[in-house]
This record gives sequence, structure tokens and C-alpha cells, in this order.
Amino acid sequence: MSWTVILVGSFGCYVLKLVGTFVPARLLAGPRVQTFSKLLPVALLVGLVVVMSVDGGRRLSIDARIPGMLAAAVAIRLRAPFLVVVVAAAVTTALVRLAT
Amino acid sequence: MTPERRKIMGDALGVALAVAAYGVAFGATARTSGATVAQACSLSLLMFTGASQSALISVLGTGGTVAAALSVTWLLGARNGLYAMRLSALLPRSLGRRVGAAHFVIDETMAMAVVRETPELGRFAFWSTALMLFSFWNISTLVGALAGGLIDDPAKFGLDVAFPAAFLALVAPQLQGRPARRTGVVAALIAVVAIPLAPKGVPILLCAMAALVGAPPIRRSDAKPSQ
Repeated sequence: MSWTVILVGSFGCYVLKLVGTFVPARLLAGPRVQTFSKLLPVALLVGLVVVMSVDGGRRLSIDARIPGMLAAAVAIRLRAPFLVVVVAAAVTTALVRLAT
Repeated sequence: MTPERRKIMGDALGVALAVAAYGVAFGATARTSGATVAQACSLSLLMFTGASQSALISVLGTGGTVAAALSVTWLLGARNGLYAMRLSALLPRSLGRRVGAAHFVIDETMAMAVVRETPELGRFAFWSTALMLFSFWNISTLVGALAGGLIDDPAKFGLDVAFPAAFLALVAPQLQGRPARRTGVVAALIAVVAIPLAPKGVPILLCAMAALVGAPPIRRSDAKPSQ
């Protein structure tokens, strides 16, 4: 992995934080800005979840990742701690791969 | 120390411990996705915003382009700028100290600071959460990255679902109310349609449009400040 991407990416994330401290808070008061700023992370995170679960390289692939993600969903429903959610997903996927 | 401050310290410790669990998972998965220990730790030190860090590693680790990886990283990081706007009254006035404080503006510090009754308590909550979380996040990343190095074949251990499971855990509490659910469904549909059609990394970017679909329609009254 390239160091340039890591450093440029980090610098950009920092600038976004810093710029925010200089923008007057009233610009954020509009309900649409508020809603959009709440929904953007939702959209991107759901996108990451779906892509990383079914992307098979330019095609959809239904494989051992799906049962793992279902296990994660069940663990989240049961209000399991973060690490349990991640481990449940990984163990389920690993077991399905072992069995098939 | 006043009881209010002691309570804030306790809450901050709880938040930092929860974040440490994510840090271990991040460190290990970053390592198995092709980052070195130094790179995983640098991301936690310098970028210091979990979802962006994970997205950068995920997109690059699954063969996405640098442009796609940076775009997703920055789009996810943009919300910290909005938090900084909300926090600006609590942050130091002097430029030098503000430049330092800005690094610590993330989901958890904003959430802990904005609910306090006085600016002093808000400031105290911001800094106690920032310092505890920063320490735990970086130590746990190092631990995870070292552990991740012991794994030769990540897929055998199901580690390719570690990041998506982590993202699901992050987004699940936010899927409350119709706009958020609608956004989630539209984002999922965009991803499924775009995966066979668009190059790696691009489908996630297209999902950002779902935030526009989920937002309520523009009404005349939105243009004027309503009381």
C-alpha cells in the first residue's frame, strides 16, 4: 500500500476538520443540510457493506460472506459488543468455507 | 473533581473501551488487507477517524483505484467538518490551539461534548474523551496490526467480512426513521446495480447519491429561516 495515499488521505481528513472550525455554525442550521449530513455516512456505510459482501469482481457473487454478514446482523440485533459482532461474522464465514 | 466531571470521565472511559475493540479489528484487518504495521498505526495517528480509515484500506485492499479510495475517505471524513462547526464555540479561540484541537473532532468527541449543560463541562467532555479515545485507539490499532501479521490467509479465517461487519455495526444504530431507512435501501440498490457495471470503488461513490434521495423534498419554507 502506498504511503502517499495514506498521507494525502490523512491530510485531507484533517483539513476537513479544521475548515469546519472556521465556518459559522448558523450555516448548519438549515434542516436540509442537517438531514443530508446525517444521511451521507448512512449511504456510504451501507454501500461499503453491500459492496464488500457481494462484489465478485465486476459481477455479483453470493458466497460464504453472506452467512457471515447474517451472523453479524443477528449479533447486532442481540446488542452484542462490537468485537463479538466482527468475530461472529468472521467465524461463520470461515466455517462455511471449511464446510464447502 | 466535581461529580459532573467524574461522571464525564467514566463515560469517556466507556466510549474509549468500545472504540478499542474496533481499533483491534481495524489493525488486524488493515494488516491482512496489505498495509504494514507502520501504515496501520500512521492512519490511526494521523487520520484518526475510524470509518474513513477503514474505507481507505477496504477500497485499496479490494483493488479499487487511489482516486476512488480517497474520494470515499474524504466523503466520510466530511461529517467531521460539520461536527467542528457545531463545536466551534467550545474549541480554543487562538489559532495555534485550534489547529491542534481540530484533529480530535470526531463522532464520539462531538457526541460527548454537545450534550453538556455548560460550555466548561462541554470543553471538559471534549478533551477527556479526545485524550482517552486517542490513546486507546492507537494502542489497540498497534495490538491488532501485530496480531494480524500472524495470519497468513485472511480469507481462511473469514477476515474479509471483518470490515463489512464493522461497517454494519457502525451504521445499524443510524438506520432509525424513514429518511435513514430509505437512504439505506437506495444505497444498497445502487451498489448491487453498479457492481457489474462500474470499476472497483466507484459503486461506493455512487451510493453517496442515496443521501439526496433520502432527504426530505425541498419546500419553499426551507429557504427562509423558520422559527
